[in-house]
Amino acid sequence: MIELVMQRLTQTLKSLVSAAATYLPRVLAMLIIVIIGWAIAFAVKAALRRILKIFKFDAFSEHGGVSQTLRKTGLAGPSELLCRVAFWVVGISITVLGIDVLGIPAFQDIISRFFRFVPQIFVALLILFVGILVANFLATAALLAAVNADLPSPRFLSGAVRLLIVIITIIMALEQLDLARITILIAFTIGFGAVMLGLAIAFGLGGQDAARRFLEKYIVEREKEKEKEDISPL
Amino acid sequence: MAGSKDKPMADDSLLSDEFLRQLMAVEEADLLVGIPTLNNSKTIAHVVQAVELGFAKFFPRERTVVVAADGGSHDDTEEVVRNANLGDPHRMRAPQSLRTMHRIATRYPGPVNSRNVLRTILAAADLVRAKACAVISPDLLSITPDWIESLLRPIYMEKYDLVTPLYLRRKFDGLLISNLVYPMVRAAYGLRLREPMAAEFAFSGKLASHLLEQGIAADQQSPHSVGIWVTSRAICGGFGVGQCFLGPKVQAPGNSSSDIVATISGVVGDLFRSLEREEEFWIRETGSRPLPAFGLPYDVNLEPLRVNRKQMIQMFRTGVVELKDILKTILREGTFAGLEGAADPRAESIPFPDELWVKTIYDFAGAFHRSVIHRDHILQALVPLYRGRVAAFTQELAGADETQVDAAIENLCLAYEQLKPYWIESWKIHQ
Repeated sequence: MIELVMQRLTQTLKSLVSAAATYLPRVLAMLIIVIIGWAIAFAVKAALRRILKIFKFDAFSEHGGVSQTLRKTGLAGPSELLCRVAFWVVGISITVLGIDVLGIPAFQDIISRFFRFVPQIFVALLILFVGILVANFLATAALLAAVNADLPSPRFLSGAVRLLIVIITIIMALEQLDLARITILIAFTIGFGAVMLGLAIAFGLGGQDAARRFLEKYIVEREKEKEKEDISPL
Repeated sequence: MAGSKDKPMADDSLLSDEFLRQLMAVEEADLLVGIPTLNNSKTIAHVVQAVELGFAKFFPRERTVVVAADGGSHDDTEEVVRNANLGDPHRMRAPQSLRTMHRIATRYPGPVNSRNVLRTILAAADLVRAKACAVISPDLLSITPDWIESLLRPIYMEKYDLVTPLYLRRKFDGLLISNLVYPMVRAAYGLRLREPMAAEFAFSGKLASHLLEQGIAADQQSPHSVGIWVTSRAICGGFGVGQCFLGPKVQAPGNSSSDIVATISGVVGDLFRSLEREEEFWIRETGSRPLPAFGLPYDVNLEPLRVNRKQMIQMFRTGVVELKDILKTILREGTFAGLEGAADPRAESIPFPDELWVKTIYDFAGAFHRSVIHRDHILQALVPLYRGRVAAFTQELAGADETQVDAAIENLCLAYEQLKPYWIESWKIHQ
């Protein structure tokens, strides 16, 4: 009886030592990969920061209004934000690569999906960046045009332009990430349709008089005002 | 017409075969007048008549040519140019020229813009070896033969290289010129050149060759702005510059300056761009000196212009409030604070003193140079401020006569000159 127990224990111990002998190098390899990976992530962050500084990325973002938008949301500047994103993406990617070395079958699928997802994250970020640039540019253009044309509520017009483009940009970015595509599409369609229908009803039925007064005030009166003046800038 | 060794030839690939053929028929000319046309059939005959009468009356012994460079008129402008006649010489009391007066109407190549027009006229001047040339607007109602003499004589006889006009303006006419373009160009280049962006000007053959060699800047946007390019190139190239009295300038209704936003964006943008190109020259200039003026100045009682101050004040105030974030990006803190004070809706009038206006313009020039935001947005943000300045300026001088208005403009010019270090500081921030 005792012999049988000892035999089993010895077998288990041998299996354990064998398993440890198999996995320990893999664990060590993973740790080395992870340490080197985070060192690479730091290096990438530093190099990217320098490159963005050389190309005056912050100044470019400032001109495009991206910096102001980020400031309003309490985020870091565009260069810093991009460096941080690159740092975490590189760090996490190499960590995941390290975990893959362990050869655990359950992780294999998750890891391959993660690596398919990384380029999509970058594309989504790029879409967001360009979208914010376009939104700010067009919002400023709308504000200036409204002020110079003496239209009422220029900031509202400008804000509406910005909001619309930002919403479209976010939807495009989320679609790139393949997240809740149908839900977003339906929500956007319903929301946009509701706003348009609301405006149509408000102006078409409830606001006929207001619309007439508005047109009288801002078109007819302005034409009259124009007639009073013949000053030329040149 | 082979080019001599000491004089570069125009790039004749710019010109159509038909145009070249007509220029070769002219061979050489002493005087050339270029007229940029585009759908001007109603006014062009009068302009051509005035130019040719000017040739016949004041330059009867000289070889002359009129070149109408057309941008692709849909009316029969080119036909009108070709068929315009001087009428009965006895009824018109027109003298007869002793030489053949040539007249050419051509469609210039490329898109319709002032750059291509000027290039065509300069190339023609270079090819016919004209000694004195002038550019004249096609929609002038007030042009007389005397204009041709006033513009061309200082070039042809006195050997000047560029002559710009001195118009007799109605009170408050051309406030963008008198409150911004003239004083800024004067402070920059140190020359009291009253109309740096005039559509009418005269230049020597030597200057025409120089301008062709330089190549016309591709970023000129406004139809009024080739003038500033020619002027700045002439000054920086050390050419002799003078002015001539032309009297009142009356154009046919519907000229392109009626859209104030487009006009300010185009004119001010082209001015700032030209200053950018000549930065090394103007940054070291201080003070200003008068320029020789030819011709006899005279006064005519002109009906004053109507100004709608109420709307301008309201648009200025709205602009300062609504464009606060943009203006804070463009202007320095003190300047923006001054504008906020001027836009106070509780005040009856707008206090917009010279110093505040000059600092505003210099900050805009600096912001434009550094491209703190998109350049078109910077220029458009200036429009409400210009309206405020016009309202304040016209309010302050409502009861003033022309002499007092001139004195006010002179004071403004001195403010521009005195504050030039502020401009240079704004220009060079972060450089």
